[in-house]
Amino acid sequence: MSDVAILGAGMHPWGKWGRNFVEYGVHAAREALHDAGVHWNDVQFVAGGETVRNGYPGYVAGSTFAQAMGWNGARLASCYAACASGAAAIDAARARILAGLCDVALVVGADTTPKGFLAPSGGERQMDPDWLRFRLLGATNPTYFGLYARRRMALHGSTEADFAAVKVKNAKHGLNNPNARYRKEVSIEDVLKSPMVADPLRLLQICTTSDGGAALVLTSMEYARKNGAKDPVKVTAVSTVTPRFPKTVVDLPDFATDSAAAVAPPELGFRDSIATAAYEEAGIGPEDLDLAEVYDLSTAIELDWYENIGLCKEGEAEKLLHDGDTTIGGKIPVNPSGGLACFGEAVPAQAIAQVCELSWQLRGTATGRQVDGARVGLTINQGLFGHGSSVICVR
Amino acid sequence: MSATKIPAVEGWFTLDDEPRLIGSRCATCGTYFFPKELSFCRNPSCDGTELTETPLSRTGKVWSYTVNHYAPPPPYVAADPFVPFGVAAVELSEERMMILGQTTGHVAVGDDVELIVDTLYTDDKGEHVVWKWARA
Repeated sequence: MSDVAILGAGMHPWGKWGRNFVEYGVHAAREALHDAGVHWNDVQFVAGGETVRNGYPGYVAGSTFAQAMGWNGARLASCYAACASGAAAIDAARARILAGLCDVALVVGADTTPKGFLAPSGGERQMDPDWLRFRLLGATNPTYFGLYARRRMALHGSTEADFAAVKVKNAKHGLNNPNARYRKEVSIEDVLKSPMVADPLRLLQICTTSDGGAALVLTSMEYARKNGAKDPVKVTAVSTVTPRFPKTVVDLPDFATDSAAAVAPPELGFRDSIATAAYEEAGIGPEDLDLAEVYDLSTAIELDWYENIGLCKEGEAEKLLHDGDTTIGGKIPVNPSGGLACFGEAVPAQAIAQVCELSWQLRGTATGRQVDGARVGLTINQGLFGHGSSVICVR
Repeated sequence: MSATKIPAVEGWFTLDDEPRLIGSRCATCGTYFFPKELSFCRNPSCDGTELTETPLSRTGKVWSYTVNHYAPPPPYVAADPFVPFGVAAVELSEERMMILGQTTGHVAVGDDVELIVDTLYTDDKGEHVVWKWARA
C-alpha cells in the first residue's frame, strides 16, 4: 500500500496581515490538529515548508513551528523547493509514514511577504543566477509569465480576453471561500482595464504575494482506522520529479534552456512529466479526475496547465474554459478554491493549501464552492530551479 | 567623448562590432552551455570534463517576448523615470537552445534577431553594458 490518510486540514486566511509568519503557521497547524482530532503531543514528525524572506526562523521552518507549538520531541524536516516547498514537505512526511518510521506527521507552511515583486536575496551575488536575472535582464517572475502568454497567443491564437475569462471564473469560485484574500467578482472589462505589467498580462492576470498559512495532518492508514476514520481522504500520489535533459523551455530563473544539439529533447516536456508521474503513481488518468487545483501564477498559465495535466489537447484549453467545463458545475472544475487569483501566493504554504482544498472538496465540506460528488482530485505546481509538484487525493 | 563601456557581467559576451555571447561546448558530446559551464558536462549520459569556451551564434529567432511595464526591484538598476523595456527568448538553430535577453525596439514571435551590446545603466563609473536582441 502506498496510501496515507489526510486526517486534518487547516489554514490561516490569506491576506496582507503583516504579522510574523510563525503565527499563521501555528494557527493553521492547530486548526488541522483540531480537524483531525489528534493531539499535538501525538505528532511524531513535523515537516515545514521554508520561507526565505523571514530570516533564520524561516530557514528552519520545521523547528520554528515545533518550538512555537511547544517542544514535544518530534523529529523534523525543513523543505525548500520554492513554490513547490509545500509538496516537498508533504513528500517527506508521506515517505516517513510509508517507511514505517512514524504514524502521525504534521505538515506546515506559512509566509509573510513584502509588497511588490518578489526579489532575490540582497548583496552583490554574481554567482547566483536568481540575482543575475534581475540584474542583467530585469526579469521579474511576471516577465517569464509574459513570455509564456505571448507564446500561447502566437501558437494558439489566444487573446487577452481569453486570459481574462480565467480570472473572471476564479474570482467567482473564490467568492465564498473564507480563506481567500480577494472575494469580489470581476468582469472581463475590469481585467482589461487594469494596468499592463508584463505584456500581454495585466495586473488582474498575475497573482499577488500574500501572507498565509496552511497545514495538514497526515497519518498511516492503520492509525486512521484505529482512530475511527473509516473513509478518510487519501494521498495516492506525490510527484516531485525534476526535468529531464535537455530541458527546452526556459523556466524561472534560467537565462537559457539546455542545448538539444547532442541529445534529442525528451518526449514529455517538464510540466507534462510532473502530471504523468503523478497519474502513474496513483494508477489513474485525467479522465478520472473530478477537480483540479492548478497553480495560476497567471491566467494564461492556468490554460497551459489544462493541457499539461491532460484535460484537453494542446491548443484546446480556451474552448474548455469557454464551454464552462472548468467552472464549478462543469465537467472538470479547476480551482474551485478560487486559486491564486483569489489567494495570491504565500510561497511555502501554497502547495499545502492546494491539498487542503482537495481534502475539503473530497469530504464534501467545501461550503459555497463544493464540486458535487468529488472523489478524485489533483494539484499541480512547479517551483523554480526545477521542482515538480503534484498531489493526487482520492476518497 | 564616449564613456567607458563596462560589461555588466564578466566573460559572458564580447564587446566587438559584431558581439557574441560566450558559451562553452563539451568536447565529448558536443552539448553547448550558456552561461558557460567549464567543469563538468550537464548531459546526464556524458562524463565529459573537457569543456571549452565558444562564441555562440549571433542571430536567432524569437520564441516569445514580453514588455516590462513596471520597474523591476534591485539589483536591477532602473532608469528614473522608468521606461518600459522588452525581454525576448530567442532560439539559436545551431546550438538548439533558447537564450533570454532584453530587446531594443519591438520584436514579435518568429522575428529574426541579432545580438547587440547596449546600455544597461549608466553611473559615475561609466556605461554598464549588456547583450540585447535587436531585429535583424
